[in-house]
Amino acid sequence: MGFFSKIKQAIGAGLEKTKRALATDVRDLFKKEGRDGRLVDDVFIDQLLEILIKTDMGVSAAKEITSEVKNRFRGRVVFMQDVLETVRAKLRELLKQEEVPVKMAAAGPTVIMVVGVNGSGKTTSIAKLAHRFQAEGKKVVLGAGDTFRAAAVEQLTIWANRLGVEIVTAKQGSDPASVAHTAVTKALADKADICIVDTAGRLQTQKSLMQELTKIHRIVNRLIPEAPHEVLLVLDATAGQSGISQARGFTEAVKCTGLVLAKLDGTAKGGVVVPIRQQVGLPVKFVGVGEKLADLEAFDSEAFTEALFEGLVEEREGAGAGQPAK
Amino acid sequence: MFEALQDKLNKAFRTLAGTARLTESNMREALAIVEQALLEADVGYKVVKDFMASVSAKALGEEVLKSLRPQEQVFAIVYRELVALMGPGDPSLHLRDFTKIMLCGLQGSGKTTTCAKLARMLAKSGRRPMMIAADLQRPAAIEQLIVLGQQIEVPVFADTAAKDPVELCQRGMQHAGLAGADVVLIDTAGRLHIDDELMTQLRRIDEKIEPHQCYLVVDGMTGQDAVNSAKAFNEALELDGVILTKLDGDQQGGAVLSVRAVTGVPVKFLGTGEHIQDLEPFNAEQMAGRILGQGDIAEIARRAMTEIDQDEMRRQQEDIAAGQFTLENFRDLLRQTKRLGSMSKIMSLIPGMGALKGMMGDADVDQDFGRLTGVIDSMTPQERRDPDLIDQSRRRRIAAGAGVEPHEVNDLVKQFDMIGSRMKQMMGLGMRDRMRAVQDLQKQMTSPGGLARQKVGTGKRLTSAEKARIKKDKEREMRRMRRKEREGS
Ligand SMILES: Nc1nc2c(ncn2[C@@H]2O[C@H](COP(=O)(O)OP(=O)(O)O)[C@@H](O)[C@H]2O)c(=O)[nH]1
Ligand SMILES: Nc1nc2c(ncn2[C@@H]2O[C@H](COP(=O)(O)OP(=O)(O)O)[C@@H](O)[C@H]2O)c(=O)[nH]1
Ligand SMILES: [Mg+2]
Ligand SMILES: [Mg+2]
Repeated sequence: MGFFSKIKQAIGAGLEKTKRALATDVRDLFKKEGRDGRLVDDVFIDQLLEILIKTDMGVSAAKEITSEVKNRFRGRVVFMQDVLETVRAKLRELLKQEEVPVKMAAAGPTVIMVVGVNGSGKTTSIAKLAHRFQAEGKKVVLGAGDTFRAAAVEQLTIWANRLGVEIVTAKQGSDPASVAHTAVTKALADKADICIVDTAGRLQTQKSLMQELTKIHRIVNRLIPEAPHEVLLVLDATAGQSGISQARGFTEAVKCTGLVLAKLDGTAKGGVVVPIRQQVGLPVKFVGVGEKLADLEAFDSEAFTEALFEGLVEEREGAGAGQPAK
Repeated sequence: MFEALQDKLNKAFRTLAGTARLTESNMREALAIVEQALLEADVGYKVVKDFMASVSAKALGEEVLKSLRPQEQVFAIVYRELVALMGPGDPSLHLRDFTKIMLCGLQGSGKTTTCAKLARMLAKSGRRPMMIAADLQRPAAIEQLIVLGQQIEVPVFADTAAKDPVELCQRGMQHAGLAGADVVLIDTAGRLHIDDELMTQLRRIDEKIEPHQCYLVVDGMTGQDAVNSAKAFNEALELDGVILTKLDGDQQGGAVLSVRAVTGVPVKFLGTGEHIQDLEPFNAEQMAGRILGQGDIAEIARRAMTEIDQDEMRRQQEDIAAGQFTLENFRDLLRQTKRLGSMSKIMSLIPGMGALKGMMGDADVDQDFGRLTGVIDSMTPQERRDPDLIDQSRRRRIAAGAGVEPHEVNDLVKQFDMIGSRMKQMMGLGMRDRMRAVQDLQKQMTSPGGLARQKVGTGKRLTSAEKARIKKDKEREMRRMRRKEREGS
């Protein structure tokens, strides 16, 4: 199996839904020049900057990449592949992260707390995660800790019923920390492998609500010393630069251990994970690529980068290795 | 909202203010800062480029560079261009005898919440709204709308067994006629603009129901892609307006600046919180003012009009007019102000208060107001009517009850005396002057050394230099306000 087809498999069905390729944008830069390449001038650099900024990676990361291109090729006539290689290598470097699988408890239940701003995709991601663990033969308990939003409890309950996993609920308006407490207690009693605690959406600037998260964290920690083993911040892939302050704010309140990048099936490129990686150091653990249970993939920074350049990668592989694309 | 953008723009204007003579090159420098600030605030790339081109063309003109106050001119240019970029707004729902309004947007953007906010607003204005729960996709979306409907006492047409949203909407419309509703709000499922199947479904609803108004609900935290999706929705449906949500607390919010330029349709409302009353009509001038840090009094006035219990207000005014401004009145006043929304939010709407909030460091204004009412709550009715009764032992009891230091009880009573006499004066003033007096008062209540406790970071006291600076800033702000007042009249 070739490297690139392996990548395709890693990203799986989700990739087909993504329309996020940078490749087409970059290709447009070279369109006019036909097969003879084009001159790297200020106009070109500006256009490249635009393409990169539109990924949400932020002005400084985008400038870092364009200055690399400028240093190398300025004033020269280049082919698309040369520029693309540089951009890709730089992006790969910016996104590079260790492989970080979900941290599992040595013994007893692994507790995962899921946090994020309003509507980012927390509850749906929890359902997907539960589905994933279930497929690995693990026993899952859910805690419906969003006691604020209307029918949030019902939403997670519907997912739990579809999955056939246990769920702990309390009525709207009750203390989320007590829901978390009950859920972890139940996971311990039932000898479950995984306990996932949902929380209400909140903005990182809302101090008292952030304190509420700290409290949930503390309560869980009191029951199991290493818990929560994971605190996943769910980020909407369309999030712009506010994603950075989200990552900062949530990590301050409850030391986040990783990101779930939801809604990557749109056209948003989720580039904000670049500055988050750089400035906050949080790794991306999963990406969400749809509203169905199966639409969750483990994140692989190589594959993520390659996916952005997908069309061109295939072209190149086709040319280089003499294999037809697909 | 916009704190980060505000800071950077101020930095750009400061660059200009600091230079002895304005040249094209230092102007360009300042404009580059403005450009970067906009990009970092998630304003769409193309929008920024066009905006900067038109600002630059004007700012680099001879008239500006050679004018007496070039900085102010640049400020005015940016303000005007912002207004042109975002406006004109149009907060009207264009109601007729029977109005059908449809909301659409990406997943999780805030459609359902906004639907309920609009319904509440309509009900408050004497309309008879009804909502249709047409999101058959997301688990418990129907229940969510039903719960919200109960909260605001607006009927919801729903059918958990329904499979086809088009058919459901048609039934809903029939029902609305029978039930005597005069505005119907349709809450649709979230969808990606590239999801052909769901976009076709949305078009089908649009064709069969023919809503009079179709609004796109956009998450204010979206980045550069906001532009693409808004454009796609507009192409599919011909939108009549956009509603931006989650603008509370976010420091970026660049979508507000992009969306009009991209879609060509007006921004109607802003969602500024999870609570059902957190909906504001959009106004480009106010928004430009807020972005540049000038606050927005009209918005407070509007809220004050609709949210404050008019009867209670009248009763209080009578009391005060009769010379009876007691601690009890004072507490009610605090509560009423609080009901307008979170204190810190109100502060960010008042000119100059944004900066003041910054000066107060980490002070949690809302908590302070809670503490103040706590102190008054711990008093006996007699003490509230006659604070002179409060001796040392009473003071200790009250402090213990409210969980504060005894001297804070003293401070409160002292400040109250001062405010009380001001309140009595105010009753003799016209509406306009009263509005201004209230602002002054709010300033005093929240300024360092005022009623609210000073809490900078971990509670360190301000140095005298800091205090002097704050005083100067306050005076400058007051001068500015007086000047504006004069110009306005
Ligand atoms: N297209 C798409 N939609 C998603 C994804 N994840 C969540 N959603 C949708 O986003 C909306 C908000 O999700 P939810 O899980 O309720 O967000 P929460 O408020 O953070 O719990 C729902 O309509 C979900 O179906 C995803 O990966 N792709
Ligand atoms: N902070 C804040 N949250 C909001 C606002 N509008 C909606 N929300 C929240 O955003 C989330 C998604 O809203 P919802 O109405 O369910 O979105 P929908 O999926 O588009 O119908 C919920 O948690 C809402 O409480 C707003 O203006 N400010
Ligand atoms: Mg949720
Ligand atoms: Mg909804």
